[in-house]
Amino acid sequence: MADQPTASERFLQGILPENPVYRQLLGLCPTLAVTNGMKPAITMAVSVAFVLVCANVVISLIRNLLKPHLRIVIFTLTIATFVTIADRVLAAYLYQMSKTLGPYIPLIIVNCIIICRCEVCASKQSPFIAASDALGQAIGFGLALSSIAAVREILGTGGLFGIQLLPAAWPDWVIMVLPPGAFITLGLLLGFVNWLGMRKSGGSI
Amino acid sequence: MNYLVDIILIALSAALINNFVLYYFVGICPFIGVSRRVDMAFGMGCAVTFVITIAAFLSWTITTMVLIPGAPLSSFVAGFFLSKEAASTIDLTVLSYIVYIFSIASSVQFVEMYVRKFFPILYKSFGVFLPLITTNCAILFACLTIMSNVVGVENPADAWDLWHSLTLAFFGGVGFTIAIVIMSGIREDLELCDIPEPFKGAAITLVVGGILALSFMGFTGVDSGLRKAMTPAQETAMVLPLEPAQTAMIEFNQGGMDQ
Repeated sequence: MADQPTASERFLQGILPENPVYRQLLGLCPTLAVTNGMKPAITMAVSVAFVLVCANVVISLIRNLLKPHLRIVIFTLTIATFVTIADRVLAAYLYQMSKTLGPYIPLIIVNCIIICRCEVCASKQSPFIAASDALGQAIGFGLALSSIAAVREILGTGGLFGIQLLPAAWPDWVIMVLPPGAFITLGLLLGFVNWLGMRKSGGSI
Repeated sequence: MNYLVDIILIALSAALINNFVLYYFVGICPFIGVSRRVDMAFGMGCAVTFVITIAAFLSWTITTMVLIPGAPLSSFVAGFFLSKEAASTIDLTVLSYIVYIFSIASSVQFVEMYVRKFFPILYKSFGVFLPLITTNCAILFACLTIMSNVVGVENPADAWDLWHSLTLAFFGGVGFTIAIVIMSGIREDLELCDIPEPFKGAAITLVVGGILALSFMGFTGVDSGLRKAMTPAQETAMVLPLEPAQTAMIEFNQGGMDQ
């Protein structure tokens, strides 16, 4: 496998060049739903990271036993197992947060990022490379989530983590923490990231 | 009467007020990916509606028959090994996610075979998107909503029955179809617009989706108004608070009758 990228390359690729949200447009449901504040966004990112790393390692360990036509079912069942674990742990130790996140924790099962990484990387490579790839993607996902959440929470409530940042005269821009704000923020940030990428590659704007 | 009101309100809420795509953000992937042409978007919406209804039927049945504590099937099976009291407390809800995803995957497989046999042209135009319905969040979300309304309810009389669940699922699918068809109509026109280069594709779609979500927020509050309008008049009169003067009058009259 000389043409396959090494573990460290995989790790770095996930953070910016192949960022799951901004570059591959995967996993948009939680991205839009839980980013109305920093705390739910970070909890979500950590749970996704846990599920992603565990599922990738397990899939990578059993990759030689997989039958091609059954692989999606095996992927989803593996992911569902780890999501159940994450959900129970959250309900036990962070009860209020698990209430806030509601159905979006179980919806990690159908998150495209994890299935995509299982398909692209883990079902072909050794556990170590799969784990580093998963870690890179998870960090990229966490950075994307926290960037969106920061914009929405600062504009929507004037603070971050509940600490007031903007002057008290700032009128709370409530629409930013409501559903339409999520779409608009992500759309504008996506355009901004595309613009940065184009400028870097020397394209004409 | 109240039962019918509940059903109508669930349908309205799922289709318009709390639209799956524009309020709960489930099913965003096909919303961005498939919504380029109106006919394809409509076909996708119909397929999702069909699968979501089947999955809701399966998940409601499995939840009430097998998963919840005291469910008939699991306590019957456990009755062979345990005492009667122990058997009726078996709680399998921790397995629910695995069971749901499995039932969804199998119903998608069924729909795929059906479409391939009877509508080959539709099957070709879907391509890779049909198996991807399995990983459509909207379907799992409907199952989870049904579960949260069956399992954790304080008052057993408030738990949803099969018709509540099917209504939620079917009209959730209708709401998904409405959103995705409107979006594809807008996107067909967007192709002709002069959009700044970095915003082409997904970015402008998300911004337009935000404006669409903003307009769907206009439905907020329709449900409470409708509930008021549909509740029978004498019930409304009972809950209306009395004016202080009226209360005094009633007390005075009762006092007068006592004497």
